[in-house]
Order: sequence, then structure tokens, then C-alpha cells
Amino acid sequence: MGNLNVATATQGLQNYAESFGGFEKAAASRELSWLRKLRQDGFARFSDTSFPTLRDEDWRFTNVSAIAQTPFRLVRNGDSLPSRKDLDPFRIAGLGCQLVFVDGRFAPALSTLGQMPAGVTVNSLARQLERDPGTLEPHLGRYLDLQRDAFGALNTAFLEDGGYVHIAKGLVVEAPIGLLFVSTAHDFPAVNHPRNLIVAEENCQATIVEDYVSLGGAEALCNTVTELVARDRASISHYMIEREHAKAFNVSTLRIQQGRNSDVASHSVLLGGALVRNNVHPVLAGEGAECLINGLFIGNGRQHLDNYMLVEHASPHCSSRQFYNGILDGQAHGVFHGRIIVHKDAQKTDAKQTNRNLLLSDTAQIDTKPQLEIYADDVKCTHGATIGQMEESALFYLRSRGIDEASARRLLLVAFASECLDRMKEGPVRTHVETLVHEHALRLAGESHGAARQEQIA
Amino acid sequence: MSLLEIKNLKVRVEDREILKGINLTLNAGEVHSIMGPNGSGKSTLAQVLARRESYQVTGGEILFNGKDLLAMKPEEAACEGLFLAFQYPVEIPGISNAYFLRSALNAVRKYRGQDEMDAMDFLPMLREKLKLLEMDDKLLNRSVNEAFSGGEKKRNEILQMAVLEPKLAILDETDSGLDIDALRIVAQGVNAMRSPERAMLVVTHYQRLLNYIVPDRVHVLVEGRIVRSGGPELALELEDQGYSTIESVARGASPA
Ligand SMILES: Nc1ncnc2c1ncn2[C@@H]1O[C@H](COP(=O)(O)OP(=O)(O)OP(=O)(O)O)[C@@H](O)[C@H]1O
Ligand SMILES: [Mg+2]
Repeated sequence: MGNLNVATATQGLQNYAESFGGFEKAAASRELSWLRKLRQDGFARFSDTSFPTLRDEDWRFTNVSAIAQTPFRLVRNGDSLPSRKDLDPFRIAGLGCQLVFVDGRFAPALSTLGQMPAGVTVNSLARQLERDPGTLEPHLGRYLDLQRDAFGALNTAFLEDGGYVHIAKGLVVEAPIGLLFVSTAHDFPAVNHPRNLIVAEENCQATIVEDYVSLGGAEALCNTVTELVARDRASISHYMIEREHAKAFNVSTLRIQQGRNSDVASHSVLLGGALVRNNVHPVLAGEGAECLINGLFIGNGRQHLDNYMLVEHASPHCSSRQFYNGILDGQAHGVFHGRIIVHKDAQKTDAKQTNRNLLLSDTAQIDTKPQLEIYADDVKCTHGATIGQMEESALFYLRSRGIDEASARRLLLVAFASECLDRMKEGPVRTHVETLVHEHALRLAGESHGAARQEQIA
Repeated sequence: MSLLEIKNLKVRVEDREILKGINLTLNAGEVHSIMGPNGSGKSTLAQVLARRESYQVTGGEILFNGKDLLAMKPEEAACEGLFLAFQYPVEIPGISNAYFLRSALNAVRKYRGQDEMDAMDFLPMLREKLKLLEMDDKLLNRSVNEAFSGGEKKRNEILQMAVLEPKLAILDETDSGLDIDALRIVAQGVNAMRSPERAMLVVTHYQRLLNYIVPDRVHVLVEGRIVRSGGPELALELEDQGYSTIESVARGASPA
């Protein structure tokens, strides 16, 4: 048995090595030596470690052997693009622009470029590499720690396209910038590795939405990395929405680098996918930086939704707030691992972490794990987690006022979710997320308890 | 036909029989009061009437408006016109009071085949009722009962009653936790709702409330049985003498 696993693992690596060899020869901008090195470093690191196992402390609750054992293949030059109409359900009203990536590759014909104000660059990373690689070199791959995990290393090896956003100093960008990642169905298990870079210069403000969706129901892996640089006093809202189909694997890493007095909000909304790993890793590098790490994950069926937070306080007087709410039904398994590292010099750190979970069935499961590593002495760090069921007394109270059971459940689910929704700034993205969550709550409330039938007499 | 007919109702919680054969009839237009010592089963009766499923009905029947109440879900009973003002109103974070009230009203209206009410029509109506109960507007935007004071919670129950306009209102110790002025205001609110079509079942420990809301009948519940019924003067007698004489009479009549 053990031998077989080793054999599959070796074969798996062999597949990736062949794939990387082919990729490297044809990859965009391969003539850039720094980029070539970055990719090679990524692959070397991935080859060293291969995929994590349950023995790895950071992956204790998430078994990725299904990913490791699936012979995923890169999608090269998507032969058939979806139509604009196929993407209608994924448009978000009120965005300033929406770049669409199909299987990891920029699809200009499907994108809506809109009129962004001067000083905002929104481009495909591949195009930006071609046009002006000098803008990327100082940032790309400079923040993500390849040693941290195999998925980030793998993404870096296959780095080629994704979203590039640059906001000039002092600029206030009202309309949110959208990046839509569509995985399409293939007759083989397909993988794509979107790589995004967001650079927010001093004192600017903007909102960026990454939205991961899929068309068709084939097995697929989306392994994405975003590096977000918020310079001094920049104020950025970042949204990550995962709503792929039930066979999708999604591993994402958001690495945030924060300057002095910058203020970043990361909102994650996980609704879809079979196995989802959501890494959020802010480093509060400049004094007085603040971050809000806000998340909502809703799972049912056999979904596995893993949230791994790593908040690093590297400078004094920074504050971080983590709030994650999970709703789990069926046999869904949720994970919240909230790690806070307060480095030696980060005096007057104020870090807070809260994870609240609602289990709707006896078979749903949550693992919640705080991990505080504090090397400074003058800090305030708190954490708390709760796991509960839907309260019978609240349900009865609502029903006793005439509200049917399914609606009462939906109201209570939305109420629980709204703790997270309320932390999002009012605007088109929040409205969009609210709609998604309401639809989801409606399904959960009706489905799991067969109470959707309303016998109503006119 | 009576509005409410309870016949030989027996109720268990876990392994204990709490109600041991209750008989009670209420006609439209009447107000009855139920009094009785702590733990005698008053709230149990109220909750069973509102169809809380955790109480196990082991015998008897209840007709509400001629229909089998025990076959109804809580929401059906509510839509049919039954309302319970809770002894301990439940806090529901994340749902605004106004939204809750409108959802409830619209659920009931829908059941009755009426059009749903939009916010434009709903709010002025709600403001009227708030004024009647001298309640602060601010309570509308707050989460249902969350961090409401004891008195605010009780007023909020009566506000819900005023909005839903039930046929039968069961008030479970709505007077406890109210200061003297609030008691008067709430009682006025309740009295304003008395009508020939509506009946009320008022559970209380205190004669004081019954000075305002004068009942047609008073029943005394002891250890799961109605041991005495009478006119409003019975409440005065209890106030004066307590339950001890009645309890001993009750024990003598039906030894445990
Ligand atoms: N859910 C429950 N589980 C266990 N015991 C219960 C439950 N509900 C009621 N009881 C018990 O049933 C008895 C009657 O309770 P109930 O609340 O009906 O009394 P009450 O007459 O309303 O008292 P009070 O005047 O104190 O409000 C009590 O002994 C109580 O402990
Ligand atoms: Mg009681």
C-alpha cells in the first residue's frame, strides 16, 4: 500500500516535470531571465516537497491526496471559448471593468474593459509582461514565500497569466475592478494557475474582486496566487468569491504586503467547490497598518472548505481583525486555522480573531484552530471560536409569528452570515455577495430539512 | 362555537407529566386569566397552544376556531390567528425588528390570501402602533430583542400582537418586568385590542395587571390541573390568601 502511494507520488511528480518542461519552452516572456529563474525556483521547490500530507501541521485537517493523485493537465490555448452569454450569470452589476480569464488565460473578447480613470492600469499579466516587464519585476514573486507551500511554488512554476492591477498614488477609484476566472470542462482533468499582482501606490483607494466560477462539471484544479501590495496609507478592499461546481478543486493564496498606515480588507466568500483551500497571508510591514480579514464559508454535501490565515505583525502599532463565519450542512467539513505571528519589534500590536460556526447537521464537521506566536511583549492578542446549532428557540419564535419553517431557517442563516456581510463596504460587490448568500441560504434552508413545502390556503 | 376548546389536555416533558388533564373554553370577546404557583404548568400550556414541538401531548384535544390545533405547525396556528406573547422573548441577532415584523405580517397576510404589504404602507402603520405603546422608533432598526431591556422586550411582544391582530392572544406574564408606568401603557395597548371577535388568555401572578385588564374568568392552575375557576374576585382572593388553601384543597381532592 505504502509502496503504491510512493509510486503514484513519483509518477505524479514525473507528470509535473514533463508538463513543466513543455510549458517552459513555450511560456510567454520566457526570454526574461528573472522570470525564467522565478519559474525554475518555483518548480525546484515544488519538486523538493511535492504536495503536503496530513502530517504537515498546516495541512492537518485537509487531505489533498485527491489532487496529488489526479493527472491534471495544463490547458493550452483554450480551443473553444465560452460565449459572452455563457458568462451572463457571472457578471456583477456596477463594476468599473471585468477582465475574464478562461482556464487561466486572458480572454479579451469576453472581458469588459470599461472606462477606468487615468492612473489605473488593469491588464492581463501576460500582456503586461510583454509590454512593460519592468513594472512587474520588482514585485512579482517577491512576497510569496516559496518555502511556505507546494501550491504557491507550483503556481510560480507555471506563472504566465492572470490579472495585473496598478493604482497610481493618491487616486481614489470608485468602481470596483473585477477579475473573473472561469474553468471550463475538458475531456481530461484540467489545471490552471492564475497569477495576479495588485500594486496600490501610496494613499490610493480601490476595490478588487476575484471571482472563481466554472462552466460544465468536469474535474478541474484552479491553483491561484495573488500578491497584493498596499503602499503607505493605501486603502484596499479585496474580495475573493469561490463558487465553482461540486467537482472543482480550488487552492488560493492571497499574500498581502502592507505599508505604513495602510488599510486592507480581505473578504472571502466560499460557496462552491469540492475541496477549497483559502490561504490569506497579510504581513503588516509598515507601522500603523491595519487589516481586516473577513470571511464566510458555506458548505453542504461533501464539500471541504479550509481557511488558513496567517497574519504577521512585523511592525509596531498595527492592528488585525479576523472574523470568519462558517455554515456547514450535510457532510461538509470546514476548517479554520488562524495563525497570528507577532514579531519581536511589533510592540503595541492589537490582534483579534473570531471564528463562529453553525452546524446544520450531525454529520457536518468543523475543525477550528487558533495558533498564536508572540515574540513581542507589549501586545494585545485575543481569539475565540464557537460552534453551535441553529437555535430551536429562535426558530420557534419566528415560526410562532407565522413565518414558515424554511423561511425561518433562511432568515436565521442570513442573520448569521450577515455578521460577515455587514463588514463589507456598501456598494455593488456587497450587493452581489448578498444576493449570492441569500440564494445559498434559501437552498440550504429548504433542502436539508425537507420543510420547503408550504401548505398554504389562499 | 367557541374560539378555543381545550379538552382533557395532557402534556409530558421528558418523563414528567406537566399538564394532567386541562379543560378550558374561551369564547370570542372573552378575557380569561390563568394564575397559579411557579412551575404549575402555565407556560407549558401557553407553549403547547403555540405548538412548540418539544412538548409531548399525550392526551386530549384542542379546537381552535373549530379546527384541530394539535395538527397545526406553529406557523399555521399563527396564521390561523393565534398569538403568544412569550414570558421570555427570544433574542435574534442579525434580523432587524422592522424586517421581522413585516416578514411575519406578510406571512400571515399571504396565508389569508391578502396582498403582501410593502415598506411604504407598512412603516406608517407600524409607527401608529409604536405610538400607542409609547415605544422608541430606534427599537425598529435594532435586532429582534437583542439587548432590549426586560420592559422593552415585553412591549415588543405587544407591538407584535398589535401588528398581527390575532383572534386569540395568549399573554404569558407580560406584566412581569414592567415598571408601573409601562404596565399601564401595555395594559392600555392590550385593552385597545379587546373586541367582540378577539379572545385573550392572560397568564399572570399579579392582581395588579387584572385591575387594568379585567378578566371575565379567572382559573387557578396547580400542579397541572385547573383546581378552581371563578370571576375577577377570585384574583383578589388569591392576592389576599395566596395559593396555600387552594393547594391543600386540590391535594385533598385528588391525592397524588
Ligand atoms: N423544556 C422543559 N424541560 C424540562 N422541564 C420543563 C420544560 N418545560 C417546563 N418544564 C417543567 O415543567 C414545569 C412547569 O413549567 P412551566 O414553565 O409551565 O411553569 P409556569 O407555571 O409557567 O411557572 P412560572 O410561574 O415560574 O413561569 C416546571 O417544573 C418546569 O421545570
Ligand atoms: Mg411561566
